[in-house]
Amino acid sequence: MAKIVAVTGNEAVANALRQASPDVCAIYPITPQTDMMQKYASFIANGKVSTEPILVESEHSSMSACIGASAAGGRVITATSSQGLALMWEMLHIASGDRLPIIMPVVNRALSAPLNIHGDHSDAMGARDTGWIQIWSENAQDAYDNTIQAFRIGEHMDIRLPVMVCLDGFIISHSIERMEYLEDAEVKNFVGEFKNFLPLLDLDKPKSYGPLILTDYYHEYKRAQHEVMTKVKNVVLDVAKDFEKMSGRKYGLFESYRLDDADIALVILNSAAGTSKDVIDSFRNKGIKAGLLKPRLFRPFPYEEVAEALKNTKAVCVMDRADSFGGYGPMFMEISSALYQLKEKPALINKIYGLGGRDYMPSHAELVLNELNEIASSGKIRIVKEYIGVRE
Amino acid sequence: MKQKGWKDLPPGSVVLEGGSAVNFKTGSWRAYRPIWNKENCIQCLLCWIYCPDMAIKVKDGKRGEFDYDYCKGCGICALECPGKKGKNAIEMIEEGK
Amino acid sequence: MATGLTLKELSKKEDRFTHGHRMCSGCGAPTVVKMVLLATDYPVIASNATGCLEVSSCISEYTAWKIPWIHTAFENAAATISGVETMYRSLKKQGKIDKDIKFIAFGGDGGTYDIGFQSLSGAMERGHDMLYVCYDNGAYMNTGIQRSSATPLGADTTTCPAGDVIPGKLRSRKNLTKIMGAHNIPYAAQASPSHWMDLMKKVKKAHEFIGPKFMNILAPCNRGWRSQTNDSITLSKLAVNSCYWPLYEIEDGVTKITYTPKDKVPVADFMKPQGRFKHLFAPANEWLLKKVQEEVDKEWEKLKKQAECGC
Ligand SMILES: Cc1ncc(C[n+]2csc(CCOP(=O)(O)OP(=O)(O)O)c2C)c(N)n1
Ligand code: SF4
Ligand code: SF4
Ligand code: SF4
Ligand SMILES: [Mg+2]
Repeated sequence: MAKIVAVTGNEAVANALRQASPDVCAIYPITPQTDMMQKYASFIANGKVSTEPILVESEHSSMSACIGASAAGGRVITATSSQGLALMWEMLHIASGDRLPIIMPVVNRALSAPLNIHGDHSDAMGARDTGWIQIWSENAQDAYDNTIQAFRIGEHMDIRLPVMVCLDGFIISHSIERMEYLEDAEVKNFVGEFKNFLPLLDLDKPKSYGPLILTDYYHEYKRAQHEVMTKVKNVVLDVAKDFEKMSGRKYGLFESYRLDDADIALVILNSAAGTSKDVIDSFRNKGIKAGLLKPRLFRPFPYEEVAEALKNTKAVCVMDRADSFGGYGPMFMEISSALYQLKEKPALINKIYGLGGRDYMPSHAELVLNELNEIASSGKIRIVKEYIGVRE
Repeated sequence: MKQKGWKDLPPGSVVLEGGSAVNFKTGSWRAYRPIWNKENCIQCLLCWIYCPDMAIKVKDGKRGEFDYDYCKGCGICALECPGKKGKNAIEMIEEGK
Repeated sequence: MATGLTLKELSKKEDRFTHGHRMCSGCGAPTVVKMVLLATDYPVIASNATGCLEVSSCISEYTAWKIPWIHTAFENAAATISGVETMYRSLKKQGKIDKDIKFIAFGGDGGTYDIGFQSLSGAMERGHDMLYVCYDNGAYMNTGIQRSSATPLGADTTTCPAGDVIPGKLRSRKNLTKIMGAHNIPYAAQASPSHWMDLMKKVKKAHEFIGPKFMNILAPCNRGWRSQTNDSITLSKLAVNSCYWPLYEIEDGVTKITYTPKDKVPVADFMKPQGRFKHLFAPANEWLLKKVQEEVDKEWEKLKKQAECGC
């Protein structure tokens, strides 16, 4: 039986983590993640979960310890944001290269400099090439549900990869939302017992993790890693199906909102998608066929499916809450790669919005949709990449 | 040896067989070869404990022959060998001579 | 405690670090590892920082480790093993594991004194049941003999080369063993492979404490020290006998010298056979050689006082 609660995103995710009863958890504070792991520490202190904590001295050690713990053989979690994720960067590649299913919520926050504690996607976007599976979440419910599903995806015997569950800093992590919790027993049953795979603690079969591999085999190992990523999509969908059976909530590779017959569309991640949907509705009311695509699985990226979903549109704007300075926004690059394979492609523009927690307002979405409407009728693009919500 | 393709590699590049380095012979690195003069040996086993390449065979606590498959010819054993009455039990000779 | 510590008895044990590793001929590090593992009478799992030992002991499908072993990166052997140890404790508490297992991290001086210092300090403070072993060869050898904070005063390395104006390294070594002692861990010690019995006794002792332990073990590198392939044991003996590398332990905060050289030799005896100190024997650099001796003497006197007062 589901339970309706009013909680912050951080608390919701902390509960999802608790319900999966991990064996080891590394904890290190960073805003806006901090109170997620604080909450988790209180679960441990009050005997609500049997996880053994490691109160590390940095995020580099946090990920290193997670790798050690996961290789040892058991369920492992940590959580971070921003600078913390950046400090882990070296180790993120090792977690995935070693095929260790560590689950890590990332409470998205801007990167320094200048120092800023508010939400944008620069942190996780900067980690997109680390070999981690990335699942993005619009709200607390999404983040909670995605976290639960992440265990099944990462720990799947065909996958064995680490997973980041991304949610927006403050906007989601710190706002209280009404949402549904699943029962502990339901989640326990859904996630299942951790299945060991090449555990170091198996003394009878001593293994070596982390060899030196040079030109003779490195390329082959990376090819094998790529292959695993190609299997993730189906596992994500299968897990989502099971999750729907249990919760009644439906998840896919991405969410299509009024996209079927849309002429113009926004592609937008996480919390800003919620704001945008209301504006889409108002455009629909005006008779303009607007729609929205909210990516969920960002790594691996579902190129074919996204192209299929957008193929009948005339103009699309990819909204990026992160920049690749000197390049287009990271999401734009993915969407244009996806659309390039189509014979007839929509016009495509890129807006950078909301950096460092700058508010994303309905008026921004209106502006962009109006521009798309013009592009759709004129076929003319004024500028491909542009910052919005910025003072001149 | 035929090299494996990517489909045949262990996941995560984990080496599944502990101690598999024994399949890698390092004896060819040797420029000098240690020779054991049994008659000068007092069985102190210092050569064994100091050998960085585990290249001195010992059985039931008794020193045996060098393991030339792995001995890299560093000469530590020869230098540290006390021998009998000042007579060294290990001599280094040039390899191939 | 020293039972079984005869070479005869030890030689009957299985090598848990095998031949077929690819350390240079005459390298001190494999001897250190072999001794540490020989003195460990428990199932053991090790982590290893990036460096000479790691790159030469586990290459493609060849691993010299007969024990479960993990290398992740350069600066985090301590953090990595702390994760393994925590999983072990978690599973043990849950009744999923019943064996008693020991945990050892191996790191070079670069991976320990420098880049891995924070990770080491953190793991020691957290109280993991583990032994950290630094094999100290006094430079970043794997990348080609660069200076570390363990590089001795006056040494010629590729990043502090002895030139016409600057005669090698002008800073003294960081005293890591004492710093680790100051972490209030149950046991910290310094050892040398030349004194194998002392080394192994310390390892055995370390394993009997529950909690974090640290050992700093000298590991001559003939490439970086520019000495001979056969002299790693001789040089480590000279390091001990000159008191450049005193053998001592800090047990629950109390310092004890475990070996006092009968005849303390000049540190020049240790330095002379090494090409990295060659320039110090030129008349122009006499002052630096003298300074090295003064520093060794000063540190040795300090250590003796510490041992005398039981602090
Ligand atoms: C983060 C990082 N920085 C630098 C390196 C390059 N690196 C690899 S091994 C090494 C030197 C290791 O020195 P030390 O720890 O003293 O071990 P040794 O090789 O001397 O045994 C360096 C600098 C690296 N692998 N990772
Ligand atoms: S020469 Fe070196 S490698 Fe060979 S047996 Fe003697 S000590 Fe071992
Ligand atoms: S060191 Fe010399 S005397 Fe001792 S066992 Fe070896 S060969 Fe014999
Ligand atoms: S460079 Fe030095 S430390 Fe590295 S393997 Fe060679 S002798 Fe050993
Ligand atoms: Mg070194």
